[in-house]
Amino acid sequence: MRSPRSLVGGTPAATYGITFDGRELPAQEGQSIAAVLWGAGIMSWRTTREGGTPRGAFCGIGSCHDCLVTVNGLPNQRACLVPARPADAVTTQEGTGRADLAV
Amino acid sequence: MPTSPSDPAQPFRSAEPSRSTRPSDAAEPAAPAVAGPVGVVDLAVVGAGPAGLAAAVTAAGLGLRVALLDAGDRPGGQFYRHPAPGLGAARPEALHHGWAAFATREAALRAHESAGRITHLAGHHVWTVVPSAGAPTAEWTLHAVAGHAPEERAAAVTARAVLIATGAYERQLPFPGWTLPGVVGAGGAQAMLKGGLVLPGKRVVVAGSGPLLLAVAGSLAAAGAAVPAVVEAGAYTAYAGRVPALLRNPGKLVEAAGYGGALARHHVRLLTRHAVTEAHGTGRVEAVTVARLDRDWRPLSGTARRIPCDALAVGHGLVPQLELATGLGCATRQAPDGTVALVLDAEQRTSVPGIWSAGETGGIGGAQLAMIEGELAAHSVAGALPGGRLARLTRRRARLRAFADAMAAAHRPGEGWTGWLRDDAVVCRCEEVPAGRIREAADDLGARDARTVKLLTRAGMGWCQGRMCGPAVAALAGQEPAADRRPLSCPVPLRHLAERPSAER
Repeated sequence: MRSPRSLVGGTPAATYGITFDGRELPAQEGQSIAAVLWGAGIMSWRTTREGGTPRGAFCGIGSCHDCLVTVNGLPNQRACLVPARPADAVTTQEGTGRADLAV
Repeated sequence: MPTSPSDPAQPFRSAEPSRSTRPSDAAEPAAPAVAGPVGVVDLAVVGAGPAGLAAAVTAAGLGLRVALLDAGDRPGGQFYRHPAPGLGAARPEALHHGWAAFATREAALRAHESAGRITHLAGHHVWTVVPSAGAPTAEWTLHAVAGHAPEERAAAVTARAVLIATGAYERQLPFPGWTLPGVVGAGGAQAMLKGGLVLPGKRVVVAGSGPLLLAVAGSLAAAGAAVPAVVEAGAYTAYAGRVPALLRNPGKLVEAAGYGGALARHHVRLLTRHAVTEAHGTGRVEAVTVARLDRDWRPLSGTARRIPCDALAVGHGLVPQLELATGLGCATRQAPDGTVALVLDAEQRTSVPGIWSAGETGGIGGAQLAMIEGELAAHSVAGALPGGRLARLTRRRARLRAFADAMAAAHRPGEGWTGWLRDDAVVCRCEEVPAGRIREAADDLGARDARTVKLLTRAGMGWCQGRMCGPAVAALAGQEPAADRRPLSCPVPLRHLAERPSAER
């Protein structure tokens, strides 16, 4: 069974858990938050401001900002750039992620 | 230009002790090595991809003191993106072409770092380059956001010369359904695989135009994805009109044959003169419609068929990333692929004295060409005398540039592509502006360029600042794309702006 790991071999230095909307996901040290989510088959983690449609990672390199997500309560983080750290609490971002400001 | 080789015994003075980002603490946030002003360097290189990395190590070898600023946590840029040390990949080269060229330069970077000739500022996204306030001429200040939120900090570097090696991002041509989860950039799929060892799906259609698609399909298949088809809008037969450029680049032909072999091995069908005209699904892509195109990329009626898939990797080549250069006033030109590139002289100098550029910014041409241009730029900055090596590099640059131009022409989007863009299809992903509103601005309200369309519809006004929709909006407005103009090249905290000296405001 071919996989990205079988292609490059080796093993991660550490594996740990992060949560996405409360669900525990396995993360390998050195993965971005977007990579952890893709690894779990999750392709969307934001809803748009106007249409409320789901979005996830698109460009994968920090240009498109489609992959914005809330990490440990801080909204608008680019999931494809932010490294996943042990026990990170990632939550779906609704719109601007600033509903708390009631603007 | 005159240079002042640095004394290796006088490395950078950091405003605070630097923290390494070795594997042992890779789980911590990337710690910027420098905050605030450092000594004036001879050369600041923006971007540690093939061009910037080659330039930095060459310049250091010629005796210059160099700062290498890069948004990534590791050198390599997008082409040589590779897993973080913590992922423990034993064979990172399995995901790459020409890995040895990177490995030798990375080793040189480490050696120059140890000797204090290069300061590698990883995790530093340069958002503007400005003439230094109150400094004599030909001194530049580069402002960067360092690290990730919430620990991000402002950083600045002052340099006598600047090399802009900011590379490119992917060109997208919208179609109905392209905002569905599971539809990702072809380069995006490649980046996530190279950096994170993950796939976007189990059954991935690869579509768009350009040679990158072959590499992406090969990588995805080698990593275990089923790739039912590579859907190429252009035609590789278009290369035939450029036989001299092909024959002068046997290495490129061997590389192409390698891609062809990989596709055959993994049973990937290559459809040329075809395009994905729609992605279907609710909440995630479940299938795509593929149609045949005429010579102008107009979809031919009666040729549509559906291909089931759980992901689509799509892209139409690359777009030079120019905002730092255009912010400085560097002159641009139309490249043969329909993108805007910098005007550069034989020594990689831009039209602004003191500012050089190398790699994709001067026109899309690939990693090999980028490394050659980086080396040529470094020699120019150092005022190196012409010799046999420079002559050889110059000849190789001309040869590879000819090949790049042949490819650019073969894959340049045809005018008919907007034929698959229904009025209800989103064009601007950030601001959710559909094609119908953009057509209305162009056809009924008189908008003739992307900027006017933006003022009327908000298309291009969102987070990505028009990187994703720019080429499409320009096409709908009936205009060739204009040069990138973005005062800030990435999100910058307001407090960083507030902290800048008044002389720079």
